[in-house]
Amino acid sequence: MIYFDKVTKIYGDNSKALDEVSLMVSPGEFVSVVGHSGAGKTTLLKMILAEEYPTSGSIFFESADLRSLKNSEITKFRRRIGAVFQDFKLLPNKTAYETIAFAMEAAGKADDEISADVPHVLELVDLGPKMMNFPHQLSGGERQRVAIARAIINQPDVIIADEPTGNLAPINTYEIVQILKKINDMGTTVILTTHNKGVIDSLGKRVVTMEQGKITRDDKKGKYAI
Amino acid sequence: MIWIDFKRIMRAGFINFSRASVVSLSSVFIFTITLFVIGSLILLNAVLNYSLEQIKNKVDVNVYFTVNAPEETMLSLQSALEKLPEVNRVEYVSSDTALEDFKERHANDSLIIQALDELGSNPLGASLNIRAKDPSQYESIAKFLEGESNIVKSNSSYISKINYHQNKTVIDRLNKIIAGVRKIGLAVTLVLVIISILITFNTIRLAIYISREEIGIMRLVGAGNHYIRGPFLIEGILYGVISAVITMFIFWPVTVWLGQTTTQFFEGINLFEYYTSYFMQIFGVLLVSGIFLGAFSSFLSVRKYLK
Repeated sequence: MIYFDKVTKIYGDNSKALDEVSLMVSPGEFVSVVGHSGAGKTTLLKMILAEEYPTSGSIFFESADLRSLKNSEITKFRRRIGAVFQDFKLLPNKTAYETIAFAMEAAGKADDEISADVPHVLELVDLGPKMMNFPHQLSGGERQRVAIARAIINQPDVIIADEPTGNLAPINTYEIVQILKKINDMGTTVILTTHNKGVIDSLGKRVVTMEQGKITRDDKKGKYAI
Repeated sequence: MIWIDFKRIMRAGFINFSRASVVSLSSVFIFTITLFVIGSLILLNAVLNYSLEQIKNKVDVNVYFTVNAPEETMLSLQSALEKLPEVNRVEYVSSDTALEDFKERHANDSLIIQALDELGSNPLGASLNIRAKDPSQYESIAKFLEGESNIVKSNSSYISKINYHQNKTVIDRLNKIIAGVRKIGLAVTLVLVIISILITFNTIRLAIYISREEIGIMRLVGAGNHYIRGPFLIEGILYGVISAVITMFIFWPVTVWLGQTTTQFFEGINLFEYYTSYFMQIFGVLLVSGIFLGAFSSFLSVRKYLK
C-alpha cells in the first residue's frame, strides 16, 4: 500500500534526515516507528502526507508516485489519510463539532450526512457532551480525541499518528492507544511514531526502529529496543 | 455543489469575522481610516473644483465702446463673439444700464452724482462683457478682438478700449495657480491613497499571518485551495462593507460642522449639502474601494500560504 524506495531526504541546511530508507506497509497493518529525536520519524510521516518530497528515491501510495501528484490531486489524496499530531493541530476558532464538520465539508460531503456523522464519531471518542467546546475549553487528552475523530471521519485508508501521546498524561496515553487499536481492528492501516516504551510493548505489533535516518530493525512482533 | 460550497464559505467567513473579534475590530478600524481619507479627498476635490470655478467666473474681458457707437454694430459684434468656440457667454451692457449701475455703485457719493447730473448726457459707453469657457482662452479672444476679421476691422473706430491687457498679468497668474493647485491636489491625492492602501494591505497581511498555521492545518485535512481562501475573502469584504458604512456615519457630523463653518470661505459651497446630494455616489465609491481593497489584499495574502 505504501512503499518507500531508497528514499533519501537532505534538508536545506545539509542535514540528512533520511538515508536510503526502504519500507513497505501493507493494508491493515499497525506499524510503530520508534527512535530518538532526530532519527527521521517525523520526516518519514511528512513524506507520506506529501508535505515533503524525497531528495532522491520515490514514495508510492498504491501505484501512484507521490511526486507526480498535481496540487489538486494532493488535496484529494490527503483526504484518504487521517493525521494526528503531538500538538493536536486543532483550529482554535472552531468547536469540536465544527472541527470535524470542516473536514467533511472540505471533502464535499452533504449537510445531512455531516449532521448525522459528526455526533456519532464524537460519541465514539467519548466527547458527546463536549461537542460545542472550543479547543481551549478541552483537556489535552480530549483535544487529541477530537483530532482522532477528525482523522477518521472521512474513513481514510491510513491513519498517521506522529507521537500522539507525547503531550499526554499516562491515563490519556492508554485511552488514545486503545482508540488507535480499535481503528486498526476495523481495517484501517495505522502508522504510529512514539517514544513511549509502554505503548510499544503493550501493542505487540510490528515495530520499525530508526537511527540517524536509517532503519536499523524491523520486527514483526516487536518490543521497544533502544 | 458550487452552491453548497458558496454557502459554507459565506458562513465560515461570517463566523471567523465574529469570533476573531480583536483582529476584525482592528482591521475595520484601519479600513475606516483609509476610507475616511478617500472620502475626504472626494470632498476636498469638490471644494477645490467649486472654488476654482468661482474664481474663474470672476475673470472676464470687457470691450468698451465709444459713446457714439451704433447699437447694431455692438450687437453684431456680440453675435460674432458668441460664435467663437472659446466663448462661454457674452453680455451686452447698454450705456443706460452702465449708467444705472454706476449710479447705484456711487449712490452714497453725492459729489459724483451731482457731477453726473450737471453733465446732462450719459458719458458712459456701452460694453460687452465676455466670459471664456476657460481662463486660458482669453488670449485668443483678445486676439480676435484686435485682429483681422472684417467685423472688428470695420468697426474698430467704435471700440474705445479692450481691457484684456490690463487683466493679462492677473489672468496669466490665475491660470498658473489653477494649474498648480490641480497638480498638487492630484499628487497629494495619489500619495495619500497609495499610503492608505499600503497600510490596509499590511493590516490584512498581518491578520492572515496570524492564521497561517490554521491554513496549514486546513490543507492537511484535505481542504481545497478555494475552500480555504473563500472565508478570508469574505472576511476582507466584510471589513470593507462595514468600514464604508461607518465612514459615511462619521462624515455626517463632520460635514455638518464643516458646512456651518466654511461655507463663506469656500465661496458658497456647503459641504453638508454636497454630502447629502451626492450621498449614494460617495457611498458607492467607498463601498467599492473597501470591498476591492479587502478582497484583493486577502487574496494576495492567503496565496502566500497556499503554495
